[in-house]
Amino acid sequence: MVGIDLLEVVDVDVALSGRMVLRDVNFRIDHGEFTGLIGSNGAGKTTLLRVLLGLQDVVRGRVLVHGEPMTRSNSSVGYVPQKVLFESDVPVRVRDFVALGIDGNRYGLARRSRHTYELVDEMLESVEAAAFANRRISSLSGGEQQRVLIAHALVSKPELLLLDEPLANLDPGSAQEIIQLLHSVVTNQHVAILLSAHEMNPLLPVMDRVVYVANGRVASGTTEEVVQPEVLSALYGHHVDVLRVHGRVLVVAGGDERGDSLVADHPAVVLE
Amino acid sequence: MVRWILEPGLFSNGTVRTALLLGALVSVVSGVVGIFTVLRGQSFAGHALTDVATAGGSGAALASLSPLLGFVGGGVIGAGAMDAIGVQRVKDRDVATGVVLGAATGLSALFLYLITLQTSTTGSTQSILFGSIFTVGPSTLPDVALLSVVVLVGVMVIRRPLLMGSISPELAAARGVRLRMVGIAFMVMLAAAVGLSAIAIGSILSTALLIGPPASALKVVSRLSHAVVLASVLGVMATWLGIVFAYDSYYWFGSGRGLPVSFFVVADVLVEFVAVNLVARRRRLRVVEEPATTAMPEQVGWI
Repeated sequence: MVGIDLLEVVDVDVALSGRMVLRDVNFRIDHGEFTGLIGSNGAGKTTLLRVLLGLQDVVRGRVLVHGEPMTRSNSSVGYVPQKVLFESDVPVRVRDFVALGIDGNRYGLARRSRHTYELVDEMLESVEAAAFANRRISSLSGGEQQRVLIAHALVSKPELLLLDEPLANLDPGSAQEIIQLLHSVVTNQHVAILLSAHEMNPLLPVMDRVVYVANGRVASGTTEEVVQPEVLSALYGHHVDVLRVHGRVLVVAGGDERGDSLVADHPAVVLE
Repeated sequence: MVRWILEPGLFSNGTVRTALLLGALVSVVSGVVGIFTVLRGQSFAGHALTDVATAGGSGAALASLSPLLGFVGGGVIGAGAMDAIGVQRVKDRDVATGVVLGAATGLSALFLYLITLQTSTTGSTQSILFGSIFTVGPSTLPDVALLSVVVLVGVMVIRRPLLMGSISPELAAARGVRLRMVGIAFMVMLAAAVGLSAIAIGSILSTALLIGPPASALKVVSRLSHAVVLASVLGVMATWLGIVFAYDSYYWFGSGRGLPVSFFVVADVLVEFVAVNLVARRRRLRVVEEPATTAMPEQVGWI
């Protein structure tokens, strides 16, 4: 596989209900890379992730995994959805939920093997969730559930892990723990990660690349390459300032091409 | 004491033995299918299928066909209609269920009226709507047993994709689960379970066995396999106690007329539900955390 990217998105256009929501999307992800999929709410991040999972048809373009067209339920790709609402009466322990990451799509009468549970326990150890392996999944906190969802996605040994807003609804401490956990997954298990978020600052220390979505279009590259006033202004279609303060990045709407100040018109507009 | 509780001749009575066997079979099927019905939030769809089963059962009675065939056949046709209208999306589910429920109730009204004209009695109507497990002949047992096994095996085969889809349709779709196919397969099994239950306690009351014991079980256990077993046990207990009480009731008033077994079964289901909820509430109040363990208590399992 030398020379072939793990994931390659080429000239992809996506329409929802007849409306074009993503145009000319191009980016690639290599093995063991941590990539941030950054954009405001409604920018099309979830739609793009659904395309990568084979759940959303494209109008044009190709999605390639190992140089081959992406198929639905590709075992090379793991997924952590934006939100899973575990009802309080769902009779599933953490250990059994993670095991569904291996056999949840299998039909038949066969019982789950000892080997499956060994893999599950190994994965729960690696995400530091072994302590609550026997608890009902609905009894866990948001941060604990996120760890379990990550274990569920990783237990089938994917090469690429897609995470849809995993930091949303987490307190800052839990969010930092999840980021460090994912960084260790990239480092220790050599799994590539594509994580969507509307706030890039918590990810800056661990991100190798960024895929920035705005206005239905995408810019990709290293953070230094993409998070620049010229690149983001071209993406948004009007002038944007990038401010760097105490190691944090702020993307702020500036004056547009008509000379009007978006900030003056909409003082609260902060795009990032 | 035993003689005071159980009237003489209870277990030597062939009708009672048939009723006990039939009740056990349909209770187990209802328990297993009902767990997924509750988890998938399809209790209303299950209830609508009982109305479709009523139309099927009354249609079969009018045409002098097997009641089991009518109940199950009607349910399966209803499940197909609900899927065609749109039972997959939550938003469409209530609409589809309501449309089918209304149409089926109208058909039932017509068929039951025609039966009353045909027989000049309301016995069949009472039997179809509210059941009469003591009138089911032993010749029906093999058919019930066969259909029960088919449904149980069917649920076992699809249990993991079904559970995945019940927990998170999005996650299941990403793992390659064909949600539509699994949903249709489950609706057919649900229709069959409703049909079987209708034989025992009548089509209108079959929801009680389908929803009551599973809803109780889900309150107190944390594993699917345990929930399935507990729901089945609670269902069998409710049915058997209902049969015992109904048999006993022939001697309660000295008139030689007993009370309907369906009433007792549904009453038992309600008592179990209240009792289990009280237990679950006491447990929650105690808030006992399970200790952290690294050792696995069980290495293999069905789920």
